[in-house]
Amino acid sequence: MAKYLLRYGVLGYLALLLVLPVGMVGYRTFQHGAGPVWDALSSHDAVSALKLSLLITAIAVPINIVFGVFTGWLLARRKMPLPWLVNALINLPFAMSPVVVGLAVFVLYSRTGWVGTYLFQHGIPVLFTWKAMTIATIFVSLPFVVREVVPVLEEIGTEQEQAAAVLGASQLQAFFRVTLPAIRWAVVYGTILTVARSLGEYGAVNIVSSNIVGQSLTLPLYVNNRVGQLDTTAAYSAGLLLAVISLLILVGMTALSGRRHTPQLETGASE
Amino acid sequence: MSINVQNVSKSFGDFHALVDVSVDIEPGHLTAVLGPSGGGKSTLLRIIAGLEEADRGTVLIEGADVTHVPARDRGIGFVFQHYAAFTHMTVWENVAFGLKIAKTPKPRIKERVGELLALVHLDGLASRFPSELSGGQRQRMALARALAVEPGLLLLDEPFGALDVKVRQELRDWLRRLHDEVHTTTIFVTHDQEEAMEIADQIIVINHGKVEQAGSPDELYDRPANDFVMGFLGPVTTLAGQLVRPHDIRVAKSASTKSQEAKVERVVSLGFETRIVASPADGAEDVTVQLTRNQISDLALNVGDIVYLDAPTPPGRIKAVPNGDKATSADSAAS
Repeated sequence: MAKYLLRYGVLGYLALLLVLPVGMVGYRTFQHGAGPVWDALSSHDAVSALKLSLLITAIAVPINIVFGVFTGWLLARRKMPLPWLVNALINLPFAMSPVVVGLAVFVLYSRTGWVGTYLFQHGIPVLFTWKAMTIATIFVSLPFVVREVVPVLEEIGTEQEQAAAVLGASQLQAFFRVTLPAIRWAVVYGTILTVARSLGEYGAVNIVSSNIVGQSLTLPLYVNNRVGQLDTTAAYSAGLLLAVISLLILVGMTALSGRRHTPQLETGASE
Repeated sequence: MSINVQNVSKSFGDFHALVDVSVDIEPGHLTAVLGPSGGGKSTLLRIIAGLEEADRGTVLIEGADVTHVPARDRGIGFVFQHYAAFTHMTVWENVAFGLKIAKTPKPRIKERVGELLALVHLDGLASRFPSELSGGQRQRMALARALAVEPGLLLLDEPFGALDVKVRQELRDWLRRLHDEVHTTTIFVTHDQEEAMEIADQIIVINHGKVEQAGSPDELYDRPANDFVMGFLGPVTTLAGQLVRPHDIRVAKSASTKSQEAKVERVVSLGFETRIVASPADGAEDVTVQLTRNQISDLALNVGDIVYLDAPTPPGRIKAVPNGDKATSADSAAS
């Protein structure tokens, strides 16, 4: 009896804390039918926010995939100088409040910042443009691919790579033909997490955005802006859109999680 | 291909895996590198393969110095204990890998992979993934993959170590037959003396990073260089301070000039073979004697009987190993 109480207790708690509020957003969004929702989402400002979010994600994600796979490979396969420091730096975005990340980008690229001074002199504005928002997003979503790739690389070991080498493959051939396919699900999983974080980031981009409606707001910033303006239909609609994207990501992750945890180790099995 | 390993040493931190090891391997032979785990035998194989670089010493393949040549340019085949199958490729793709890397024309790849899959009896399983194969099948696939590039030298690192006894025996016979057909110079590492004795032309016994002895299976069994080799290649027992094989001990019910009096403590029947354990009258350690069932019934042996044990003088034990390595337990054998 007690164990059922515990199980359903947890379920109830989750429902109360997570499902109920999101459900309420859904309810409020469609309270007056689908027409106003469509109007809100197809408005110039909403479309602009969605486009900016997608643009930032489209730049940040590939950069983090390439960096993540390469750094993960270095950490797992080669002797890195000061590996503890590299690890700590990669984990920094996890530990640091996104607002601080935003602030750091703000300070560095401001007119008096170390990088900003130079950029302003050459007429390349970064702060308060999509560029600074992208940099902040890359920062906060940096660890996901590395953290997924390293344990899988360590688990599959180096034997397949050695086998490839003995068969005549160069290091590059061994990487692209053997290592990368072996870690592909970890890369996909890390990518999904990176996409989720990039689309949903609020704190860091908020600080480096000029916050002009219809121009420099990402979807989460737009939701916040609409709430502030008491434009509830637009706020709920955009919020629900974000929630639906998250839900799709969640479904994708669940579908993949089985594969991610079975890197098909070929050890010791026999008839 | 002939292989000459000259004065090779290799350490991993404080651990000396190989200490000044020299080994010569003749072309066309099936050679076993035999020894206890941690003795350095896998390291020796990996240095020959180029997967590990020696700290000191030279490796010659066909007389050419390959010490600093990377593995991919050595023209060898390597089979790993845990198969190292490419998990995301089918059996066919696994076997074709080396040929694709070598930019072999497609029709030739098709032909060659087909031949090899037939050779290892995996013809019907070409489109399976390694995870869908049994251990023995995976290892045969790994062997086909290694043979695909027609290596002049085939190296196998405990190839059957991860398989169960029955499959092991099958693959063992099969490797011997394959070698008789293909004649590729082959070196395999094993800790199983029976495996080495059964299929190798030549055995190199390695322990504590040093070569204890190298020679044919019969040489090693009949004329072990030291107590370690004798003990490692077969069962041993101590009689009158001398290490002897249990089946070499003669048992009689009456005393003779050199015999040792002992009391039968146990008689263990193991089918055809019967083992008796006897405690010598001089209080030395118990002696194990291996007899046939007929011998036991002829002697009418029972627990508590007094018997007289006698071992023939050990056949010409050679005292030194071929490469002059004397830092073994050989010296203590006489005491």
